Amino acid sequence: MSFVSRGFRGRRRDADADPARVPPGQFVTHDFPVLSAGATPHTPLDRWTFSIENGGVIRTWTWKEFRALPSESVTVDIHCVTRWSKLDTTWEGVSIDTLLNEVEHDAGYVLAFCDSGYTTNLPFEDVTGGKAWVVYTYEGDPLDPEHGGPARLLVPHLYFWKSAKWVRGLRLLDEDEPGFWETYGYHMYGDPWREQRYSGD
Amino acid sequence: MAGAALLGRLSWRVATVTRVVDETPRVRTLELELPGWPGHVAGQHVDVRLTAEDGYRAERAYSLGSAPGEPPVITVERLEDGEVSPYLTEDVRLGDSFEVRGPIGGYFVWRPNDGGPLFLAAGGSGVVPMRAILRHRRNTMSEVRVRLLYSSRTIEDVIYREELDGEEVVHTLTRAQPPGWTGYARRVDTDLLREVAWSVDDGPLAFICGPTSFVESVAAGLVELGYAPRRIKTERFGATGGP
Amino acid sequence: MEALDGNAIGGILYHVFDREMTMAQAECVCGARGPLAECEVYLGGPGVVVRCRVCHSIVIVLVEVRQMMCVDICGLNKLEVPLRASDQKVSW
Repeated sequence: MSFVSRGFRGRRRDADADPARVPPGQFVTHDFPVLSAGATPHTPLDRWTFSIENGGVIRTWTWKEFRALPSESVTVDIHCVTRWSKLDTTWEGVSIDTLLNEVEHDAGYVLAFCDSGYTTNLPFEDVTGGKAWVVYTYEGDPLDPEHGGPARLLVPHLYFWKSAKWVRGLRLLDEDEPGFWETYGYHMYGDPWREQRYSGD
Repeated sequence: MAGAALLGRLSWRVATVTRVVDETPRVRTLELELPGWPGHVAGQHVDVRLTAEDGYRAERAYSLGSAPGEPPVITVERLEDGEVSPYLTEDVRLGDSFEVRGPIGGYFVWRPNDGGPLFLAAGGSGVVPMRAILRHRRNTMSEVRVRLLYSSRTIEDVIYREELDGEEVVHTLTRAQPPGWTGYARRVDTDLLREVAWSVDDGPLAFICGPTSFVESVAAGLVELGYAPRRIKTERFGATGGP
Repeated sequence: MEALDGNAIGGILYHVFDREMTMAQAECVCGARGPLAECEVYLGGPGVVVRCRVCHSIVIVLVEVRQMMCVDICGLNKLEVPLRASDQKVSW
């Protein structure tokens, strides 16, 4: 264990957070750090689409079509693998169940793909059953490009690197395939409650 | 330096704060004692690592603001949403310690043999490595011509103000100016650079340091004036805190 | 977030390669060449991403997992590392 600096605590923490809501190794903050692997993309809305693919494109929505879909407001806790958690974040968007209702599917896994080239993989059952959304509003405002706007994936029960920013679609897969960070050793599943940060955890 | 041990282990060492100077309301200088400090080259930086009691760690790089031969000194600007800078600028006391790794860097460095004339452009806390270069030039009695263009938001934000008062320093204050200010009062643009930077004919060497947007804009401006890209060295700090 | 540059990872690179690396000349698969110090660097996420300043594609990814540093250099054609004594700093 390295040298401890007197009084250092890191990000402003919420010491009063209910410990039952804080996964192991996490601390709660009111900040919302911006962490990226590249420049913020800026796809004009008139060119933005969201697609479900399976080799070829099965279904695609334009921004207008996407915004016309039934949406819901959700309040969830989010947990970043870099150890900060944020409680009671509110988002508005379309449930992945709504999107998948429109396609015939028989996939075990999905790979989310994004404007930046970023990808992340998830089991099919972890993006269905009311567990995942494509969101475009954060705390009542349109989602900031820095935080993934116009739309990002939201899968709050897994580490937040799975909630891919600038998401443009889901590729349906038969077998699990590592996405960007998973390729380098991050956990294929990423359950914060079992502290599955790295492969082998 | 030639002939000295070449490839050493660059490990984390414990540094103790021996002096604290509040440069501006948001900027603080910490002088460090690091037993066995081997000396550094002007322009180099150190990595600072802080570990909390629960094991949480954060690391940041800070330029050394002192010249070779002087004790290592870092000058830190407090960023509003910072993780490390609020601790270093508000909580750290004389006698406190934290881990430091360095000195680091072989690119953004100046040695008298590198010559000049030198054009230094600093935005906000980007002035820190420039002070190391200016002091080293002075300490070695180098005859290289130098000019520092230093962009700050207001006069109260000017770091090392008393020291950076010579005729080789050109200030621009981008947000507000004191009464009677006759200096530049805008963000650096190509016209300003044309008036301040050394002519390309003199074969200048440029160093630009500060927020990324400042660095890119000044570098583009110098290239427009004819500076060769390989005669421009850049060091980008985080986005916030600049003019 | 705005990108930093290779200067910001001088310490990490030294830690991995045991020598000053920011002066190493990187050649991106796009053909652009320059010192690692001038590459775009994105920090703070699960790993370090280094991108070509010209084409913005990824040249290096560094991820530390359990005392191992994974260094992906697939985005580089080559890296030329200076070996001259005068390029190294004085050590401890």
